[in-house]
Amino acid sequence: MVDKRMTGADVISRLRSGMTIGIGGWGSRRKPMSLVREILRSDLRDLTIVSYGGPDVGLLCAAGKVRKLVFGFVSLDSIALDPHFRATRQAGAIDVVELDEGMLQWGLYAAGLNLPFLPTRAGLGSDVLTHTPELRTVIDPYDGDELVAMPALPLDAAVVHMNRADEHGNAQFLGPDPYFDDLFCMAAEQAFVSCERIVPTAEFTEVAHPATLRISRMMVTGVVEAPGGARFTSCVPDYERDEELQREYAAAAADDEAWQAFAGRYLREALA
Amino acid sequence: MTDSTVPADRWAEPDMTTGDETVTRAEVCVVACAEVFRGSGEIMASAFGTIPAIGVRLARHTFAPDLLLSDGEALLMRGTWPVGTPAEGDIEGWAPFRAVFDLVWHGKRHVMMIPSQLDVHGNMNISAIGDYHRPKVQLLGARGGPGNTVCHPTSYWIPKHSPRSLVSKVDMVSGVGHDRAAAAGPAARRYHQLHRVVTNLGVLDFAADGRLRLVSVHPGVTVPQVRAETGFPLDLAGATENTVATTRLPTAAELRLIREELDPAGLREHEVPS
Repeated sequence: MVDKRMTGADVISRLRSGMTIGIGGWGSRRKPMSLVREILRSDLRDLTIVSYGGPDVGLLCAAGKVRKLVFGFVSLDSIALDPHFRATRQAGAIDVVELDEGMLQWGLYAAGLNLPFLPTRAGLGSDVLTHTPELRTVIDPYDGDELVAMPALPLDAAVVHMNRADEHGNAQFLGPDPYFDDLFCMAAEQAFVSCERIVPTAEFTEVAHPATLRISRMMVTGVVEAPGGARFTSCVPDYERDEELQREYAAAAADDEAWQAFAGRYLREALA
Repeated sequence: MTDSTVPADRWAEPDMTTGDETVTRAEVCVVACAEVFRGSGEIMASAFGTIPAIGVRLARHTFAPDLLLSDGEALLMRGTWPVGTPAEGDIEGWAPFRAVFDLVWHGKRHVMMIPSQLDVHGNMNISAIGDYHRPKVQLLGARGGPGNTVCHPTSYWIPKHSPRSLVSKVDMVSGVGHDRAAAAGPAARRYHQLHRVVTNLGVLDFAADGRLRLVSVHPGVTVPQVRAETGFPLDLAGATENTVATTRLPTAAELRLIREELDPAGLREHEVPS
């Protein structure tokens, strides 16, 4: 069976500027921060980022890596708004496709199922449709109602962080919520899973129900062992959010000097 | 639209008041938020903000025992626990975000969101203030607002009622009001149900024409005061400035619950200072 273990640098070598990259997790929860840091250190630019946004989005915006953001929200959970994302938007520096969070799920799901779109009520009557005129409606062929045709959101690559994985790419969440990481992987041409620990396959079900095996190796290109790889976001039960570091991150939006100091330290240190 | 099962005079029940002179505005708001969920039955109640979170727990502990509440992460929990502390009780279900998304579209949910802007038709904005392409103030993003409002009952909590929060026109419609739902067609209207708006000054609901109207003012607040703090002409639901109802006070039992069990740390007073 294929050994898919690789390094963060291996992941970066498979990415190109201009790609559409989906990032798993939710807000400031189980974000693949070690891979985000690899992107920050790289020459990659002009990225389209698809995310249930947290500090992944803020960091990439602050570093000027983002051309376009496809999102439902950006929040740090314990800090309601991400100041780096706000500064980038308020400077008019990126294009956005703002979606209802259920529309975002539907777009990933449609891509994963090789469908052109999925119908939904969400978005009707809202300015989500006004600001993204590419979003079209479709007539229900049975009842004649007009619904939103949420287009597939195919990804060139997905990066997600899970609690455990085996070397073949099967991956397990041990916290309360799988978020949408499996859908990100299914929607992607290449999917990269970082994890707290690579374990023998047999170990998965010694500690948890098989339903926690949310991501199958069929959907995975590479596995990166990255202990602490979600820090400073949460990765329960392995660790909680590092609130102090998150506060430092937020405070670094004050000015360029503060950002350079934080970014330098955050990118340099292992933080594990 | 108005919920016909709840009489408008629900808000004035002098026989239920405590006579307690120490009742704070925040505590009146808690009870007004709790009342939003009266008669909701067996649905999931999702409340954003400190005072709505206390209110929904108060409602379940007393007159709306069938409500389902989240622990703030991914579990449905029975029990009554203080705001700002980890949930305590029996786990009765698993509700990761994707299950909540399913439930939103299914419809057995009533959400209370906090709009940054709300207009007379009930359109709300949590996305951005100013020019959309280069906002003056970037906010959270639409989150579930578009879907919530066209799929299940939605209410709003406005902790600071002002012409900046109750506006003539929102800068982005991230939650759908009556005029926009009507224009978008039957699929948008079918499950669209804006229920009630609670602010730090009073309680509002929607008239038959889909416009916000004042139902009650909190004790100590006058109607001219509310009108001055509202960015559009406010209808009084057939009352005059002198006959608008007063929001009911907490009962003695409710006050004890709020102060001793639901919010012993007094977090409510930070959201609506007295």
